[in-house]
Amino acid sequence: MPRINSAVELEKFRKDLLSKRNPNKPCITLCSGTACHATQSEKVAAAIEQEIEKQGLKADVDFRRTGCHGFCEKGPIVVIYPEEICYLQVTAEDIPEIASQTLKEKKVVDRLLYVDPTTGEKATLESDIPFYKNQERLVFHFNTRIDPKSIEDYLAIGGYQALAKALFEMTPEQVIAEVKAANLRGRGGAGFPAGIKWEAARKTPGELKYVIVNCDEGDPGAYMDRSLMEGNPHTVLEGLMIGAYAIGAHEGYVYIRQEYPLAVENLTIALAQAEEYGLLGEKILGSGFDFNVKVHRGAGAFVCGEETSLLMSLEGKPGEPRARPPYPAVKGLWGKPTNINNVETWANVPLIINGGASAFSSIGTEGSKGTKIFSLVGKVNNTGLVEVPMGVTLRDIIYKVGGGIPGGKRFKAVQTGGPSGGCIPEKYLDIKVDFDELKKVGAIMGSGGMIVMDEDTCMVDVAKYFLNFLTGESCGKCSPCREGIRQMLKILTKISEGKGREGDIELLEELGQTTRDASLCALGGTAPNPVLNTIRYFRDEYEAHIKEKRCPAYVCKELVSYYIAPDKCQACLSCLRKCPAEAIAGGKNQIHVIDQEKCIKCGTCFEVCPSRFRAVKKISGEPVPPPIPEEARRIVRKSKGKEK
Amino acid sequence: MDKGKIDKIIEKYPSDPSSLIQVLLEIQRENHWLPKEAIERVSEKLQVPLNRIQHIATFYKAFSLVPKGRHEIHVCVGTACHVRGAQRVLDRVQDLTGISPGETDLDMKFSLETVNCLGCCALGPVMVVDGEYHGKMAPAKSEEVLKDVE
Repeated sequence: MPRINSAVELEKFRKDLLSKRNPNKPCITLCSGTACHATQSEKVAAAIEQEIEKQGLKADVDFRRTGCHGFCEKGPIVVIYPEEICYLQVTAEDIPEIASQTLKEKKVVDRLLYVDPTTGEKATLESDIPFYKNQERLVFHFNTRIDPKSIEDYLAIGGYQALAKALFEMTPEQVIAEVKAANLRGRGGAGFPAGIKWEAARKTPGELKYVIVNCDEGDPGAYMDRSLMEGNPHTVLEGLMIGAYAIGAHEGYVYIRQEYPLAVENLTIALAQAEEYGLLGEKILGSGFDFNVKVHRGAGAFVCGEETSLLMSLEGKPGEPRARPPYPAVKGLWGKPTNINNVETWANVPLIINGGASAFSSIGTEGSKGTKIFSLVGKVNNTGLVEVPMGVTLRDIIYKVGGGIPGGKRFKAVQTGGPSGGCIPEKYLDIKVDFDELKKVGAIMGSGGMIVMDEDTCMVDVAKYFLNFLTGESCGKCSPCREGIRQMLKILTKISEGKGREGDIELLEELGQTTRDASLCALGGTAPNPVLNTIRYFRDEYEAHIKEKRCPAYVCKELVSYYIAPDKCQACLSCLRKCPAEAIAGGKNQIHVIDQEKCIKCGTCFEVCPSRFRAVKKISGEPVPPPIPEEARRIVRKSKGKEK
Repeated sequence: MDKGKIDKIIEKYPSDPSSLIQVLLEIQRENHWLPKEAIERVSEKLQVPLNRIQHIATFYKAFSLVPKGRHEIHVCVGTACHVRGAQRVLDRVQDLTGISPGETDLDMKFSLETVNCLGCCALGPVMVVDGEYHGKMAPAKSEEVLKDVE
């Protein structure tokens, strides 16, 4: 492949590519993100290749493995172009039928279409599915269209045009002014305006400067950065290069979690391809701009998502944060001016340069412009990645896009912002989601994790969960964080075990405030949020645990007992056979009884009891009824003949 | 782990202290843990004192200073899995294997680890055994999965 040496050549190359591609040629695409990989998309891919060969379709059909489509609940996803017919939860066994029916005969395979759970209506096109229909995919859009391992796919959709525009039509100052005018705020957590950060790094004198992509996505339940990096690495790179040009940096790093092997792989391929095409290295696109990128894999430390820790880690040291200022823009990697932005932030940059700041800022709210990708997970029907304009209400995200709560359960709260965030109760479901509104209700945008919780979620347990996570991740350098989190966790553990005392809630609040105010970095500074915030909205649950020794959601093991209702038990032996502690007495035609002494409260009996009986009950805050006497346990069944 | 293999990994990176984490990651991936001789070799080659390697190896979760079992079990305890009952799955797996997260049993059969999110939340709770994903786990189901592992 020859190097592309100017903006004109880039445009010509793109046109050549398009002229060689027939938009009406059938193309079968398969979602190959990590989540679909976990649902056996490898086998589906092998089956597609085999079937195309077998049915003699090789010359007539293209096969493309794309990045994540976002609708992970229904993966693996197959979309057939040009019609855009969308099949969900496809298995290798479905492929022969898809090939013979849809690819050959242009017929739709009905049983693989999306069915609306409420109306029963089917949707043939991906864009007709409510999950997609109610989104606005600007950043994420091309994930479903391109093969992330092919730079030609990216160039064909207009890739690297923003870079060419920046290099040849704009000065670095103009680029910064554009990003500032767009009011692009950091998508990684704090929401700091990217343009201001860039400007600071540009203005700091120095020959050597660095730009960094932060792909150390550590918030549990958030995976949008991974999906972008896996599905469209070139767009992140393009954003990074534009930033480097604006700041005056010639070296960049991508800090990426080693837990994301596919993202590392696709990024590495993208870098090699970009270099080959003259889009990376010396004299990019024939301009005077030189730029190189190195990949650095993180070794598993949540705190490294914090920028100063990330820098330490890049230098090969333990990822312990340091006090700011000086900010990285002044003194960053190896003491040089450095700009760090999150994956999604960088991916927004080409959009801004291509479409202009005013188009970008026409979407969103007063203080937060553009779109945001959320990872909508937990107790929600449509788990997946959701890109919506800033300012959409939580209710719309959870109900319109997410399809509501499964199993007819009641919504309790939605947790945003990962371990630094908070739980938002039902009464605030109509707030408009942006950086500032979320802050007002005590949560944060964070990187965009959105975990939906229903009535079966215990809020004390959630707070305990996050603190448990954070005690493991606190680097231990400063004592307010190290000790504060640990003490709060101790108190919460006691509360969840029914050993809570009066005054514990107040003590938690006091400890939380101190930890928040006195910690060195944002990890400790935000660590008490899950506690303070759940106390603020769910104080009654804390009180139930402390005063009544009752867990209203039946989660805290020590406060819950299992009991088999004798009038409902049909002596089917299911629980008796599955009980790992052999704590259930009974037999054929003998009502089953749990020995409370032996019970380990694993919940297996509750799970396996057939739903038509629902005989196993959870009890909390009150004594378990005494077992019924032996002689009353026998079930006398009417024979079926007599009933008639 | 033989010296040649270790040297080969070290040579792939610039020989200065900033390569330390990348070199250790690769040794970890190759060997599943960091044996003493490997650490000593890295220390010598990259000119990093042993105590700093110890600091790095204990600070970051990816590294293990003890050998791992034949089968690696990872139970996801990310938030989405947690609200769907990952803790009960983990309790059960601990019961079945007799080990806690971070441990390896005496027969060197299983090593158990928790992970903070695998990013396939639609499948939660998730358990991974030797790289194979098992979704929508429940305590009873985890037993079925582990039963077949030899």
